[in-house]
Amino acid sequence: MVDVFDIYDKVERNNILLSFKGEITSDLLTSILQIMENKMDNLQEVPKTKKKVYNVLVECLQNLYHHLDDASGESEDDKTRSAIFMISRTLGAYSIYTGNYILNENISGLKARLDEVNALTKEELKEYYKKVLNNGEMSLKGGGGLGVIDIARKTGEKLEYNFLEIDNKISFFTLNIKITPNN
Amino acid sequence: MNKYAIDGTPKTPSISFDLGSGVLEIKGRSIPENSIEFYKPLIEALEKYSSGTKGNTTVNMQLEYFNTSSSKCILDIFKKLESIHKGGSAVTINWHYEEDDEDMLEAGEDYQAIISVPFKMVMVNE
Repeated sequence: MVDVFDIYDKVERNNILLSFKGEITSDLLTSILQIMENKMDNLQEVPKTKKKVYNVLVECLQNLYHHLDDASGESEDDKTRSAIFMISRTLGAYSIYTGNYILNENISGLKARLDEVNALTKEELKEYYKKVLNNGEMSLKGGGGLGVIDIARKTGEKLEYNFLEIDNKISFFTLNIKITPNN
Repeated sequence: MNKYAIDGTPKTPSISFDLGSGVLEIKGRSIPENSIEFYKPLIEALEKYSSGTKGNTTVNMQLEYFNTSSSKCILDIFKKLESIHKGGSAVTINWHYEEDDEDMLEAGEDYQAIISVPFKMVMVNE
């Protein structure tokens, strides 16, 4: 039997405002963004914080949406199409956590991109963003890698990530984005 | 067709482009998952417009939010405007941002640095 209280208690103790596990669709994202806007209104966040959280949330969720298919069909059940995300708020600071399956062969490329972004200063991120915006190829999946640069730039925080190997084909990739007001 | 206009949705902005008077306005939120598809008709309208422009062109960008997928399409629009401007028909881009929205101001400045068209940063009180 599922221990509902255990799940409730974990959500409560980690100050989770909202969590979702399942397939990420366009309509779902529209609903989630609406819910988060209402929650931030109720919490009476200042417009500056609301905008920042909203912007970063859009990029995090759309990253999930665009990459959900990447590891699809690599597992016997279809769990690889599923993803998780959580948004917590502790002492006014937000954290966005996302988790999704990724093909092992794609790990080194993604890790290199994240490490590259994490190594840059605020000013370097600005220049890098402009360079990718102006010269980078637009992919059908989105901004062609602008998302993580934008997240790092807007939050002023390092992107925390982890890869958990599931088997010889897939791993579970988790990303933790912190948003501290006035950062 | 002398006017291209569409209403806004929770994820896409309202667009009004009067090809006769040369006024283009983009307002609201631009956070669609597929921006290329959304902006394609506007890009096409701009192409049609650029072949017959004589007067001045005024662009009012009044976005509340835009995602990185839209940012590339916005750059494509500005590049079309840049070629119109270089062709001798003056273009002005008015980039609106809310008073406390430094990120939106910075985004405008990024475009200003890339595109050779006069930009005006317009602060809007909430």
